[in-house]
Order: sequence, then structure tokens, then C-alpha cells
Amino acid sequence: MWSYLAQRMLAAIPTMVVVAVFVFGLINLTPGDPAVLLAGDNATPEQVERIRERLFLDEPIWTRFLIWAGNAAQLDLGASIYSNQPVTRLIAQRIEPTLMLATVTMIFTLAMALPFGILAAWKPNTLIDRAIMAFAVLGFSVPVFVIGYLLAYIFAVELRWFPVQGYKPLADGPLETLRSLTLPALALAFVFAALIARVTRAAMLEVLSANYIRTARSKGLSTLRILIVHALKAAGVPVVTVIGVGMATLVGGVVVTESVFNIPGIGRLTVDAIVRRDYPVVQGVILFFSFLLIAINLLVDMSYALFDPRVRG
Amino acid sequence: METSATRAVATGPRKGRSRLIRFLGTHRGVAIASLVLAGFVLMALLAPFIAGDPAAINPAQRFKGAMPGAPWGTDHLGRDVFARSMFGARHSLLVGFFVAMLTTLIGVALGLYAGLGKMGSGVLMRLNDAMMTIPAVLLAIALASILGAGLWTVIVAITVPEVPRMVRLVRAVTLGVRQEPYVMAAISVGTRGFAMIHRHILPNIAGPVLVQATYVCASAIIASAVLSFLGVGTSPDVPSWGGMMADARARFRLNPELMLYPGMLLSGLVLVVNVLGDRLSDALDPRKARGSDL
Repeated sequence: MWSYLAQRMLAAIPTMVVVAVFVFGLINLTPGDPAVLLAGDNATPEQVERIRERLFLDEPIWTRFLIWAGNAAQLDLGASIYSNQPVTRLIAQRIEPTLMLATVTMIFTLAMALPFGILAAWKPNTLIDRAIMAFAVLGFSVPVFVIGYLLAYIFAVELRWFPVQGYKPLADGPLETLRSLTLPALALAFVFAALIARVTRAAMLEVLSANYIRTARSKGLSTLRILIVHALKAAGVPVVTVIGVGMATLVGGVVVTESVFNIPGIGRLTVDAIVRRDYPVVQGVILFFSFLLIAINLLVDMSYALFDPRVRG
Repeated sequence: METSATRAVATGPRKGRSRLIRFLGTHRGVAIASLVLAGFVLMALLAPFIAGDPAAINPAQRFKGAMPGAPWGTDHLGRDVFARSMFGARHSLLVGFFVAMLTTLIGVALGLYAGLGKMGSGVLMRLNDAMMTIPAVLLAIALASILGAGLWTVIVAITVPEVPRMVRLVRAVTLGVRQEPYVMAAISVGTRGFAMIHRHILPNIAGPVLVQATYVCASAIIASAVLSFLGVGTSPDVPSWGGMMADARARFRLNPELMLYPGMLLSGLVLVVNVLGDRLSDALDPRKARGSDL
């Protein structure tokens, strides 16, 4: 098992290098002068010159990459052009709302997707299966900002159950945080749950036709026990895989949802930075999210060992 | 005497058309989804005939409800919401179509190369996997912001993050096809290179690729709406559903219908394309029983 884990971790290193090269190239290999691009439209020639010096733009490109990557490895992603604050500090300041939103979304997602997926697989091709699967197609067809505004209109503007927008930090009490995050997390979970419910159903369908399930049934185990303990565990690998893959979608959704509900997280930071053409921040945020996804995929790989004894080797 | 081979040669193009009709007859789900999609295309094409000028600004008529000439009312600049909604279909459909085309072309080329185990295909797949860890929406908004506004910017910005998934799919299917006995047989009688790809591999990967291209189209339509909603890549003058929703944000509590019309059209279009993909996937999968759809 340890050799498997070590192997997965080593495999993540080249991926990180490629992502770093790509994110660096995004700014540095696009046509035009990166200093002009980084300085923005209203920069004076002096500002451009300062950036040129700060980024060692007169050095050859591979030297610049090594300097940039070396700094990034020491958690120095440069400074914002707009506020002059270090990018890492900006990200750290905004991490709480995003992390909370992602966590609450994940809880809502699993609470919706697993029961729905199991139910659909348990009664395949019945009305209930079709209803759940139709709901799933709807879920990933309606863009997250459309669901977001729909929920906000019904539950915040009309019914006044939840705030229309904004975020209450954990310092104001976890219940207030939860209340402010319910609608955005629901909007995001809708999309994500659709994907996971479909995969759960497919994986469960395959497992439920296996011999050992028939054995369990003939032993007289209760349906609930068979579904949850025997089948769901075996269906764990594809489900966890799609959770890992879906994380990339979730990150995109977070960016949009934070804009819709005015949550001051990393997603808002990104959109604000894009609108202001604050490229060091854009670069930093993409690198941050990509590395986060690599770490999550590493966790997914590790969880295989948990679900599937064959992987432990 | 007429064999099936001579008949196929004799009837030529008509045979293709009647096979399509028979296919749609057996798979009603595909037929219905295609019809609704055709409705959206018609809406986009006929927009100038069924609606007024989407760009005409009329400050005196701001936020007016339904009225003659503007059945869905007017927006914050007094523009005709119905006209903007009809013309907005153009942006979504163009982006969806071109992203699906480009992604398929590039993805099939790279995926085949990797799947046939040519030189450097291991490195190619490593690069491909790394690209997949960059969140697609983030990459698209960053690219769109760097490249500057324009239709092709939006198409390129959305295509780049979509390609890796297509490459992975094509490679996986190609690897599977390569194991088939008939491919081995073809190799043994000396079929090589493009003849092999053209005759044996492409026809067998066409189904999954078509299905995937449909999903790419759906996700590109969402992505383009996200871009115009966030105000990146698309000029605010171009009528787009995402842009209309962004405009409607300020008066969301008072005029939610300005958000509703483009939102519903957008969701409807994506839904139709996704359903088409699902039905095609069922219809083209030989393992699934015929006539089971719908």
C-alpha cells in the first residue's frame, strides 16, 4: 500500500511542473509585451518599466520561469497590481468563505446524490428511476447562475427565509454562516449532485447484479443493509472518482456562485482580478486551484486503497 | 439479381438518407431532441423576421412591461427583451457548434496519435492529464481576458480546456478497438497508416466521439453564458443570454422576468443538447436493446 501511495505522490510532481509551465506561459507566451499586459491599460511607461525590472523581463524566458517557479515554491506568487498586496495573502484572506461554501456544497451534494442514485439503481426502469434521472439531466443542464437566481428569488425575495446575498463569517456564529451559505450551496449542489447521482446509479446497477449480492439476499439480510453496506462500498471507486473529477467543475461553479451571491471568496477575487486585468492575481489563483485539484485527486487515489483491497497489493 | 452491395452502389446518397430516417424512426428520443434543437436553430436564423431590432436603445421606454412591438417588455436601456432573446440564440449556437467542431477535430487527431502508441504518446498523455487539472472555467475566463473580446476569442478560450477530455476519450476507445481481432487481421494482411485509421478505426470510434461532441456543445453553451455573464470575452453590445442576465442583476428584485426569459431559454437549449447526447449514446450503443429509449 505504501509503495502505491508513494508512486501516486511521485506521479503528481510532473503534473505540477506542467501546470506551472502552462500557467506561466499563459501570461508570458501570449503575443505582446507581458509587462504591458501585466501593467494594465492605464499604466504609465514608468510603471511598465518597474514591472519589467521586477519580473526580470530582460532575462531569457527560462531564467524567468526558474525565478518565478522558485518563488512560487516558497509561496511567493508576486504582488497584485491593483492593491500591491502579495497574492498569497490575498488568497489566504479569502479562503474561509470559499472553503465553507465548498464544504456545505459537498454535504448537500452527497445528501442528495447518494440516496437518489441508490434508489434509482434499486428500482431500475421504474417511474421513480426515470424521475430521478430526468432530474439529473435537468441538474447539469441548468447553469448554476440560473438556478442561483431562481433560488434567490423564491426563497430570499419572496419567502424571505434566507438572505438574498452576502456571507456571514464563522466569527458571527456557525448558524449564521450556514444560513448565508444555504442558497449558494444548494445552487451548486444541484449541478454536482446530478453528476454523482448518475454515476452512483450506474455503479450500483453493476454491483447489484453480482453473485455476492444474491448470496447476501439469500442469507436474509435486509435490503437496506445490502444496499448501504455491501453494494455502496463496492460502488465506492467510480463514485469517488467522479467526485474527484467533478471538483474541477465545482471550482468553476464556485467562481460563478460567489459572483451571484456576492460572497467575498477566492472566486470573487478571481472575477475582480479578471475585470481589473490584475494578471499576477489571476495567475496565482489558477495555480492555487490547480494544485488544490491535484491534491484532491491524490486523496481520491488514496481512497481507492480504502474501497478496493486489490489496490493495496 | 441484386445483392446488397450492388444496391448500395446503385442508390448512393438516397440510401444514406433513408437510413437516417429509419434511424430516427427507431430512436424517437433522438428524433424529438433533434427537432427541438432545430427549433432553436430556426429561432436564431429567423430572428430578424420575427423580432425587432435588438440593439435599438430607447431611454424613454426603460423597464416597460409587455407592449405592442416588445411582447417581453424592455430592459434598462429600453431595448426590446424579446428581440434580444431571439438574437441571443445566435451567440449560444455559434459558440456551441464551433467549440464542438474544433474540439472534435483536435481531440480526434491527438487521441488517435496517442491511442496508436506513436512516438511521444506517453508524454502527450501526461501533458493532457496535467491540462485536465486546470479548472476549465477559470482557464476559459483567463484566456478570454488575455485574448480580448470577440467571438473567436470565446470559441478558442472554451475549446482549449475542452480538448483534453476528448483526447482521453478517443485514446481510450482507440486502444479498445486496436485489440479487436478484425484489426489484428487487417494488420496481418498489410493494412497500414491512414487506410487502417480510415477503414477500421474511425468508423468504430465515431459513435462515442459524436456523443462526446454533443456534451462538449452543451458545456460550451454554458461556458459561453458564464463568460458573458461575468463580462469577459463578449462585447456587451452583442445580444447574448448570459449578458442579458448580467444586465438584469441590478433590478433583479423588481424585474425578475428580465432574468427569467434568457435563463429559461439558455437552460432549455442546454437541456435539449444534453438529452440529444444521452439518447444518441443509448441509440449508438449496440449493447443496449433497441427501442428502449423514451
